[in-house]
Amino acid sequence: MSNETSATTTRRGPAPRGERIADWADGRLGIYSLAKSNMRKIFPDHWSFMLGEVALYSFIIIILTGVYLTLFFHPSMAEVTYHGSYVPMQGIRMTQAFESTLNISFDVRGGLLIRQIHHWAALVFLAAMMVHMMRVFFTGAFRKPREVNWLFGFLLFVLGMFTGFTGYSLPDDLLSGTGVRFIEGVILAMPLVGSYLQFFIFGGEFPGHDIIPRFFTVHVLLLPGIMLGLLVAHLILVFYHKHTQFPGAGKTNNNVVGMPLLPVYMAKAGGFFFLVFGVIAAIAAIASINPVWAIGPYRPDQVSTGAQPDWYMGFAEGLVRVMPGWEWNFWGHTLNFGVLIPILVFPLVLVAIAVYPFVESWVRGDKREHHILDRPRNVPTRTGFGVAWLIAYFVMLIGGGNDLWATHFHLSINSITWFVRIAFFVGPVLGFIATKRICLGLQRRDKDKVLHGRESGIIKRLPHGEFIEVHEPLDQEQLHLLTQHEQPEPLELGPEVDENGVERKLSRAQKLRAKLSKSYYGEDSVIAKPTVEEYKEITSGHGHH
Amino acid sequence: MKKLSARRRHPLAALVVLLLALAVTGGLYAAFAPADKAQADDTAQSLAIKEGKKLFAVGCASCHGTGGQGTSDGPSLVGVGAAAVDFQVGTGRMPAQQPGAQVPRKRNIYTNAQIDQLAAYVASLGAGPTVPEKSQYSSDGANIGKGGELFRTNCAQCHNFTGKGGALTNGKFAPTLEGVDPKHIYEAMETGPQNMPSFGDGSLSKQNKKDIIAYLGAVNGDESESPGGLDLGGLGPVSEGLFGYIFGLGALIAVAIWVAARTTKAKKS
Amino acid sequence: MSETGRHEDVPEETLPGERETAHEGAVITAENPFADPGLPPHEHRAQDIDERAAKRSERTVALLFVVSMIATVAFIASYVAIPIDKIVYIWPIGHISALNFALGLTLGAALFCIGAGAVHWARTLMSDEEVADERHPIEATPEVKAKVMADFADGAKESQIGRRKLVRNTMFGALALVPLSGVVLLRDLGPLPGTKLRTTNWKKGVRLVNASTNLPLRPEDIAVGSLTFAKPEGLEEDDEEFAEKIAKDALMLVRIQPQNIKDKHELSWSHEGIVAYSKICTHVGCPISLYEQQTHHVLCPCHQSTFDLSDGGRVIFGPAGHALPQLHITEKDGFLEAASGFGEPVGPSFWERG
Repeated sequence: MSNETSATTTRRGPAPRGERIADWADGRLGIYSLAKSNMRKIFPDHWSFMLGEVALYSFIIIILTGVYLTLFFHPSMAEVTYHGSYVPMQGIRMTQAFESTLNISFDVRGGLLIRQIHHWAALVFLAAMMVHMMRVFFTGAFRKPREVNWLFGFLLFVLGMFTGFTGYSLPDDLLSGTGVRFIEGVILAMPLVGSYLQFFIFGGEFPGHDIIPRFFTVHVLLLPGIMLGLLVAHLILVFYHKHTQFPGAGKTNNNVVGMPLLPVYMAKAGGFFFLVFGVIAAIAAIASINPVWAIGPYRPDQVSTGAQPDWYMGFAEGLVRVMPGWEWNFWGHTLNFGVLIPILVFPLVLVAIAVYPFVESWVRGDKREHHILDRPRNVPTRTGFGVAWLIAYFVMLIGGGNDLWATHFHLSINSITWFVRIAFFVGPVLGFIATKRICLGLQRRDKDKVLHGRESGIIKRLPHGEFIEVHEPLDQEQLHLLTQHEQPEPLELGPEVDENGVERKLSRAQKLRAKLSKSYYGEDSVIAKPTVEEYKEITSGHGHH
Repeated sequence: MKKLSARRRHPLAALVVLLLALAVTGGLYAAFAPADKAQADDTAQSLAIKEGKKLFAVGCASCHGTGGQGTSDGPSLVGVGAAAVDFQVGTGRMPAQQPGAQVPRKRNIYTNAQIDQLAAYVASLGAGPTVPEKSQYSSDGANIGKGGELFRTNCAQCHNFTGKGGALTNGKFAPTLEGVDPKHIYEAMETGPQNMPSFGDGSLSKQNKKDIIAYLGAVNGDESESPGGLDLGGLGPVSEGLFGYIFGLGALIAVAIWVAARTTKAKKS
Repeated sequence: MSETGRHEDVPEETLPGERETAHEGAVITAENPFADPGLPPHEHRAQDIDERAAKRSERTVALLFVVSMIATVAFIASYVAIPIDKIVYIWPIGHISALNFALGLTLGAALFCIGAGAVHWARTLMSDEEVADERHPIEATPEVKAKVMADFADGAKESQIGRRKLVRNTMFGALALVPLSGVVLLRDLGPLPGTKLRTTNWKKGVRLVNASTNLPLRPEDIAVGSLTFAKPEGLEEDDEEFAEKIAKDALMLVRIQPQNIKDKHELSWSHEGIVAYSKICTHVGCPISLYEQQTHHVLCPCHQSTFDLSDGGRVIFGPAGHALPQLHITEKDGFLEAASGFGEPVGPSFWERG
């Protein structure tokens, strides 16, 4: 605040140049009012709050390097014979898309580096979004007022997957071309419109000459444009809502504790951009990614084993790989369930996590704003659901790489497939149950720590010869941290008959809600936290077992 | 497994082991001993067949039958040719250690001379592909680019883009081609060992095979370039994804922890 | 542990009151040991009280920025000096491009050092005192809400949208119709499928040409246990529509001892045990060709659909829904040729496939 006040204090001589420029801008853009509320905005510090920043910065890196790549890339499927500098490809027929990718890699100085930064940053972008999403999920940061921002983030993740996929397809190499062929199969499998859609999207028979230019437009213009808009909205909402914070001394639902944007956060966040860029550049110097020259150009009659998409599509790949071969023929029509079912389950699994905040808020009936994060153990049902979802996701990711696990761990590909088929259904259930038990155990431990103090590791011998471990009482900060969470009562449906003895009509939704509410707040999910009375009773007795 | 352990208790087991040990000793001696002067061709050939028969009786007959006619444990070797023997024994696959989904490559215990003798014996059982000449698999006069295209059409579906290997059904696999002698690659194409289909001159011409071997030498040799850096096994997106998560995101989280950590406080004095 | 169980039925009513105080902030009462003690007092870093430590930090930050400058200069120098095709061996990475390695590391160092300098500056020299900022509820106050609702009602009334239903309904109609133009415009994205998904270039009398040697195939070229890929005669790699054609026409040929062919129909369409199957997987169209010559199984590398070539191309594992189409082949003048086209569409299923 001192910056602005000093600007208005009396001063001799004309204002310095910077100030005059700022005045000019303020007269047109109103920057002073904007800066007043934002320049010293407080951001809490925690490493997990920076996962979203990793995603943001990798997105910027992708855009910067992507613009550079468009200067050299020819999104054309016209066929040429290669005569460039990479010997094992000389004399081979390929599309211009593939040829220009080889040229970027072998004839443009630094082109290979930029290509590798672009691709590595894309993998990190999706990975960071996923981990960021999980951080938000497990700490309950999606609760009111942030549900809309959760959806924006989710959309960014989904769009990121498709932007990544279209980009992966652009070089028209044998690996990505196989992926495009898969897309053709998926489109063909659609009931009623499949074959028409396929001809429209590919501009005729597969592969045609249109799909790469069309993917190019989608990859560099359509999807990134939408993502940029969503990203700006996402960030504006982060600013507007102010960041959540972990519980702790001095942190309440009505404040935000941390460092001001100017200077500390700006230096840290700005510096972090360079750190992220630096790390990704170093990775691109050390590790090769998508070496299209080793993969070769696409030809529809060629293929390689280990045909996988990039990791973020591995989940969908797994679903398709482990699906049994069901197909239905009726009245001259065919439904290819071997493709249709995985392609329907894929969005369903994603939507399950996307709508979760709305389900939880409906079950809880909680209309308040939440700015203090939950400790995952205190909300075992949510944590259990999150773990179950992750297990389903990663089981399918394993399924997507079943051939490589088979060769590298000397297993049978058929056994892995069967394992994945079963684990996709059983794993999440076991994960849910186990996570809930672990959460309850941690809640009990917290309670124990509050009431009996921390185990100090000091062994004392009592006069009568008994050995005990000395427990040190917690300080007030710790006590507050372990007891600050709320433990509401589960929703009650009330008596089944009203005062006149007539059965009350309860909608199915109400019953479901009560049931779910019980799973959130019932005895199975909550260890009653210690009360002040309990604490006093035990500590005043100044002796414990 | 079962069959082998059952056989371990066989009264003749000790004898087999002893003979095997003798063969190894003899083999080692032959390896270190200076080679005899080449004798007249026909005598050398018949001598080789005779020696080969002896070696066969010790190392191969238990599964393939005393005359190479095959038993329930091993296929007939009539007509497989010298190339098959040179491949199977030269890569250490034969004699097999144990039955399983697939017999893996292992250290070869025979000398080149012994392999030639075995090959001569098996070739005498019935005509088959012969061991290729060096000129057939050397990269002189080969077209690497064409070889790559042929490799992607005929080989990559099982052995991966650059021959890193891949999975087949029920625990079988297409092995990596890294460090495999070009001669053995040629022989494998010609004879189709185990579940690999053969690619006789009708499916892949001699020049085709030469091109393929030259391509493999260029992309999967000791000196093969990986301009972008670590090739991560050459396995494609799975290893790239793992690397991106562990080293990419992992490094960035480590950096984030440093950025967000509280600075050390001065000690209270 | 056992006593926690006993206390589980503590009445919950005691909790909200206590929570209230906890959320008031820095209220420390002897009454409530669980209350929020408030922000801990700020502690100084070495740099805050010792100017020498601060100087050290300053030098470190400056050093990092200087290293970044040097790295940028090194980047430019590498760009100019290192030839693009130079390969160097760097342990343990391998034989890699010297230029890529040098550019990447120098760029990485230049960027990383700027970031590290800025963060070190923020962590050691800028104020590290945590401050609390207030939050304000996002929901509008009832007065604001009332004002907005009133404004909206006024606006709606002035527009007469509620009164003049004809205007309103036709407007909705027009707005609903206008996007149709956009949909119609998409029609020319591609042609209609016609019979293209059902037909290939195989028909009676077309010779089978080896895809590798480009020579017409004779029965004796195909040995038992071998695998050969074929294309229709006349299809060349530099044809205009080579990709579209080979995407449907690709064929694999194997020879199985006739007594080992289980399927009678397959046997009748084979020639001396030589069977020709479409190479295009019936699941999503990958070129399936991982042929195991002992089991006669062929596996798809994309999704592991497994077909039995000795049993009519039947699916024995994986997501494919129907058998691989077989091509009826015969011999004429010593060469293999198609006796007819495919009896069914090749490649992945589609709605009209039947």
